[in-house]
Amino acid sequence: MIRSDYNRPEIKKRATVDPKKRQFAPALFQNQEYAHRLNFYGLPPTANVTLEEFEEWAITRLKVLSELETCTFRNKNAEETLAYMTPILEKHLPLHSNSSRSSQLQAERRRDHYSHFILRLAFSSTEDLRRRFSRLETMLFRLRYRQDDDNRRERSEFINSLDFSWEIVDDKERAELGEQLKAATGSVFKKGDEEGYFKVDFEKVPELVEQRRCMLRRGMAYVPMREQMSLVVAEYTARLDRALDMTARELPRIDEDDRLSPILAHLSHSFTAPSASYDESNLPSSLHPTAANIDQLATHFPLCMSHLHTTLRTNAHLKHYGRLQYTLFLKGLGLSLDECVLFWRRSFRLMTDDKFTKEYKYNIRHAYGDVGGDANRRGRGYSPYSCQKLITEPLPGAGQSHGCPYRTFNVENLVSLLNAGGISDKEVVRGVREDVGKMRYHVACNRVFEHVHRKEIKDVKDKGTWGAAELDTLLHPNTYFKRSFMLKHLGDEDVQAEMKREKEGPMKREIESNGNEW
Amino acid sequence: MLSSLPIDNGINEISIHEAKATDPEVMRAFYQRLFPFRYLCHWLSHHPTPTKDFGFREFAFTLPNDAYLRYQSFPSADLLKKQCVQLVPSRFEIGPVYSSNPRDRKTLRKSTMFKPVSKELVFDIDMTDYDPIRTCCSGAKICSKCWQFITMAVKVVDVALKDDFGFKHVLWVYSGRRGAHAWVCDRRARELDDHRRRAIAGYLELLKGGDKSGKKVNARRPLHPHLDRSLRVLRDHFQADVLINQDPWETDEKAADLLQLIPDKPLADALRQKWDSAPGRSSSNKWADIDSLASSGVSKNLDTKALLEAKQDIVLEYTYPRLDAEVSKKLNHLLKSPFCVHPGTGRVCVPIDVRALEDFDPFAVPTVLDLLAEIDQWHKDHPEGETEAQKKMPDWEKTTLKPYVEYFRGFVAGLLKEEKIVKREREEDAMEF
Repeated sequence: MIRSDYNRPEIKKRATVDPKKRQFAPALFQNQEYAHRLNFYGLPPTANVTLEEFEEWAITRLKVLSELETCTFRNKNAEETLAYMTPILEKHLPLHSNSSRSSQLQAERRRDHYSHFILRLAFSSTEDLRRRFSRLETMLFRLRYRQDDDNRRERSEFINSLDFSWEIVDDKERAELGEQLKAATGSVFKKGDEEGYFKVDFEKVPELVEQRRCMLRRGMAYVPMREQMSLVVAEYTARLDRALDMTARELPRIDEDDRLSPILAHLSHSFTAPSASYDESNLPSSLHPTAANIDQLATHFPLCMSHLHTTLRTNAHLKHYGRLQYTLFLKGLGLSLDECVLFWRRSFRLMTDDKFTKEYKYNIRHAYGDVGGDANRRGRGYSPYSCQKLITEPLPGAGQSHGCPYRTFNVENLVSLLNAGGISDKEVVRGVREDVGKMRYHVACNRVFEHVHRKEIKDVKDKGTWGAAELDTLLHPNTYFKRSFMLKHLGDEDVQAEMKREKEGPMKREIESNGNEW
Repeated sequence: MLSSLPIDNGINEISIHEAKATDPEVMRAFYQRLFPFRYLCHWLSHHPTPTKDFGFREFAFTLPNDAYLRYQSFPSADLLKKQCVQLVPSRFEIGPVYSSNPRDRKTLRKSTMFKPVSKELVFDIDMTDYDPIRTCCSGAKICSKCWQFITMAVKVVDVALKDDFGFKHVLWVYSGRRGAHAWVCDRRARELDDHRRRAIAGYLELLKGGDKSGKKVNARRPLHPHLDRSLRVLRDHFQADVLINQDPWETDEKAADLLQLIPDKPLADALRQKWDSAPGRSSSNKWADIDSLASSGVSKNLDTKALLEAKQDIVLEYTYPRLDAEVSKKLNHLLKSPFCVHPGTGRVCVPIDVRALEDFDPFAVPTVLDLLAEIDQWHKDHPEGETEAQKKMPDWEKTTLKPYVEYFRGFVAGLLKEEKIVKREREEDAMEF
């Protein structure tokens, strides 16, 4: 689709300095002109900025990116994200269209351009950071692209400047394909949509292919003009990923710069994910999970896990992803590997020992980090799945029962499952229906939690023993369990001690917990 | 050439009738005399002589003691054969081509230098995924009735791969017991990354949701051309193979599943009443009842369009291919090689000729013991007076494996031609001096 390498200046514009002299020639710093609001960030900045600007610009962009990330954690859809982000973008990283005739136009764009490249430097060092950065920058780009919906002319000017070459489907072919083409792409054209179709190799539009939103014919995808976004965004990501890899390779060269490297290091450190993870070191010590008492503990399980548990008890079997999800949850409970193996062995009561050892035991050990590659063992296996993970993973197939039931069940089945679990309060069920309808699955789960524990929560609130932090929204099945367990055992001494420790801060806890790692 | 080497096989020493398919001696004889290593190598090399595509390809062996040996690789077909004869794996799987030799992966300075580069796009259809809707068998068992599900699935997926994605070289292989695999061998398919593989799997996947998610098919209208075409293919199968042969809504419990899928409440209630009062109606009757009751006007404001769409969705739910999509999504997923022996049934994983798909009978696929007996029989029928040509005849030609190997050879030849290397068909005689 791309005619030539976008990084390469045209031949006429290349510097004609003698290569021998060039490395000693004075650098040509110049301000770039920004003709378009959107930017593919093909050329790096070439002008000077102060160190203060360097740091400040980077931090504001970082702020925007982390807000964007929280939107995904909260499972907001595109419209909600747009509504939430617009004021934030306006405040921290404004970008106006040409038609706004703002006097700040060039300054805004420059700031956007520079901050992007500074963060590139900060986040190119590890694969993890690169992937995250590229994902968030893509989201930001997509958001801005959508903001331009009312300003199609400028947007198409920008796209034309990118030198894509897509083949337009001519009228004859369109007539030939006729209804099929319309059926494939879904809804009819809205007023104001750019009409027509273009065709590209199907590899270029994986999202459209996956959702069957374009027609395929002998390897070509027929895409309506309005789906341009998907293509442009895919190209943006591809270029950014390539550029990040290049940056990573160049990175050692600025290691010696003691002005920049501390700033960059600081930036990448502060870019840590909001903690949806779960720290298993501080479970109350009265909790002794063994293979034998899981059934009793199951009363404290969130719906996703109690559903797996009941399925396991009824079928004496669970499919792979269900086993994995449940094993990791049990691991997070503090169930030791030996006990966990014992638990599964007993649960698969219809299976021979031989089959169990051959086909199942290894996976359990792998999840605990007892076997597998070096990295797996060192990391002590996988960490228990968070709600975020369960809510975003692909839906289970036939015969599978993993995932978040608030999401995977249809509403009627969900309600009957809740009823079976003793939750039939009309108000709660109505709330759950509403949450699930809006795809806010974890809100529904929290609602159920608060209903089940309403007495205890009121109790601790009244006494003031638990602060707001301890009653924050649940984002992890294991946190659900832990909080439920502690609320139901408020009288126990060690739970009280645990609460006290929690308030004293994490440092001390870390030291204490090092002794009793499993 | 491999098969014409003089071989001292142990098979004559044990009686074939007492042997089990998984006996190491049986398997050894199979690898030595029957397995078409040569064409397998051509297939994976994309060239008549072994190339990097073969040499850097991962093989994984399942040994008789169930140990699993990964990251094996071989410079040539002969060495692969030698290893098979030595270790007598109960089966072996084929993985991706890596950026360097899998055997050397630990000696590389950087672990990033070892990564999968290309592999055929593969699909796996397994009968277990049909358990909720098939009534004749369950679990590992199959019969000719439920094999029809696989036939339908192969039809739908095959035409989509060829017409929609433009792939030409799609090899379907019987998995030995209750399913089928597809290997899409076009260069364009082999070089797809994970992201695009997932997209293709998503395109072909229709049924969403676990056991409790209710209606599993919620196709958008108007139907996407792929679904529209699939529906046309599947409709006939639905009548014959599902309604009549499977009778999926025979019991009240199962019929409740059907009622749950009907969007109009009064109509569903009327149907329930009717079936309760006249138990034992067959699924075909029940299916017809939907329309007859709908037209009799039991429901006052019936949305006929919604009902028609729901009925289409039901047809799709009971016939549309149920892929094990995870297999297709990853470049580095391993899949059992064609022509392996299924350890449970002893049947050889033979290619399926899609042009004669309806004729394929999984129960007619030869088992390894059948084949060895056929060789013996052939030698009995041709005592002493073997002609030169007969002496050089590879063993598979003496058995019922012949049509399958020939089909595979033809398939590979087509692939090599596409790779722009015309294979010079050498006369066997020219090689022997």
